[in-house]
Amino acid sequence: MTNAAVELIDAHKRYGSVEAVKGVNVAIQPGELVAMLGPNGAGKTTSINLMLGMRKPTAGVARLFGLDPDDRRARSRCGVMLQESGVPDTLTVRELVDLFSSYYPHPMPAERAITLAGLEEHARRQAGKLSGGQRQRLYFALAVCGDPEVIFFDEPTVGMDVEARRTFLDTIRRFGREGKTILLTTHYLEEADQLAERVIVIDRGVVIADATPAEIKSSVVGKRVSFTSHVPLSEVDLAGLPYSRLDIDGDRVRLFSNDPEAVLRDLFRRDVAIRDLEVVGADLEEAFLALTAEAEKETVG
Amino acid sequence: MSASTADVAPVQRMLITQTRAQLITRLRIPAFSVLSLGMPVMFFALFNGIFGRQTQNGVSGSEYILVSYATYAVANVMVYNFGIGIANERGRKLDLLQRAMPLPPMVAAVAQVLSALAFAFIALVILFAYAFLVGGVRLGAVTWLDLLWRLLLGSFPMIGIGMAIGYGVGPNAAPAVVNVFYLPMAFLSGIFFPLRLMPDVLQKIGHVLPTYHYAQLGYGTLGQGVADEGAETALVWLAAWTIVLFAIAVRIYRVDESRKFS
Repeated sequence: MTNAAVELIDAHKRYGSVEAVKGVNVAIQPGELVAMLGPNGAGKTTSINLMLGMRKPTAGVARLFGLDPDDRRARSRCGVMLQESGVPDTLTVRELVDLFSSYYPHPMPAERAITLAGLEEHARRQAGKLSGGQRQRLYFALAVCGDPEVIFFDEPTVGMDVEARRTFLDTIRRFGREGKTILLTTHYLEEADQLAERVIVIDRGVVIADATPAEIKSSVVGKRVSFTSHVPLSEVDLAGLPYSRLDIDGDRVRLFSNDPEAVLRDLFRRDVAIRDLEVVGADLEEAFLALTAEAEKETVG
Repeated sequence: MSASTADVAPVQRMLITQTRAQLITRLRIPAFSVLSLGMPVMFFALFNGIFGRQTQNGVSGSEYILVSYATYAVANVMVYNFGIGIANERGRKLDLLQRAMPLPPMVAAVAQVLSALAFAFIALVILFAYAFLVGGVRLGAVTWLDLLWRLLLGSFPMIGIGMAIGYGVGPNAAPAVVNVFYLPMAFLSGIFFPLRLMPDVLQKIGHVLPTYHYAQLGYGTLGQGVADEGAETALVWLAAWTIVLFAIAVRIYRVDESRKFS
């Protein structure tokens, strides 16, 4: 028995013939600020649903504060912002906050939840008349109004513009400093990096990395160096270069490196004739490719 | 354990807040409030103007028409407002976030029923007020109250129908399903046309339906011999229908729950 606030132990979830989650082990301690990162369909939302008791694991265990996630005592300590859900359009912000507060034993004053969400000026507006960003902030108010210890945010910044996203992440960070446990899912690496102390990378239903943002970045996120060569190159020609992955497709070469300057220096020193040189930051998909490739290598080795 | 250190919120508070929120939500949707609160008054006004002055078996046409459209009003709330309302809310996934809350699903379901009863109560009060103030209907205080509680108590079979439709079909299919199942029942209840003017087969079918016995429960408040059957008989029929329809509705509810939350 651990003191973890949220726990999945070898959790599996199968929907018909699709296994969305294939043996996930996660333990989140009280006070942690964790981002669960993964591409669409990786199993993030399913994992959250298992943690919340919205779905039952096909195999394995889900626990909230050591209890069954369906237990009201456990639920009463959790706030939730779901990706796919709504509230009645005809209730006002204030009415909804009052309603959701009534579900909790020790809610915060409604004014405080509304202020935290920055909705003071819209408290008497009906939910259906809010803009997209305001609606997300309303969901935030509903997630925190019960003054929960753990808050789950499933893709909270989807549909927000850059400015709204920044303000929103600030709010979450401030909340985390108050000692709240926060778990947020996102497919933006940048968002996980800004916010979390710990990043759990999930792909195709399994956890492929669980570390600090710095560790994750140093292992996967480098620059992508690509160029076209005049003469066909092979791996041997590029041996010794500081790259983490190499793709050769005809005369087009792509390699990933955390030290692209060294790669270029070496390439020029070896007098490899190149054109169409491009150095860009690896995007998330490439980061995942690198991570999954690594994960596969480990299982094979 | 004192209240301030409770692990969970008091169910009673949740139930009251949930019921009130549910009621306000639907009252503010014009499609529901106009249909549920306005239509019965409109129908009463129309038929009262045509047949109100006639008397039959010592009962004034006005009183009879009032009871007819009072039963219509309550049944309408249960099937359209409550049934189609739930289907719409599920269609927009309003049940998901709620399901992740520490709100027991049972409390949410009971609040749905209570808010429908409250809506029906409001519909009746408005209709009664119109009938008294404009329609010239003068019932004794006891009769008004008798009619009120009979119609609320007797509405449970229609609540079952509403629940079955609300949890069984999506928002697009719900109106069609209401038209296929409920409209014939309403038609054969005897409140729009006396059942005895209809073909024999339809009369026989009508006499079995909950809507018919519901209307009879209402007419019984107007005096001896106005209804085809006594209140006890009507209540037994309605209780039996409540058991059958709730059994179906609960089954449908469980299927929906296990599909989405297991």
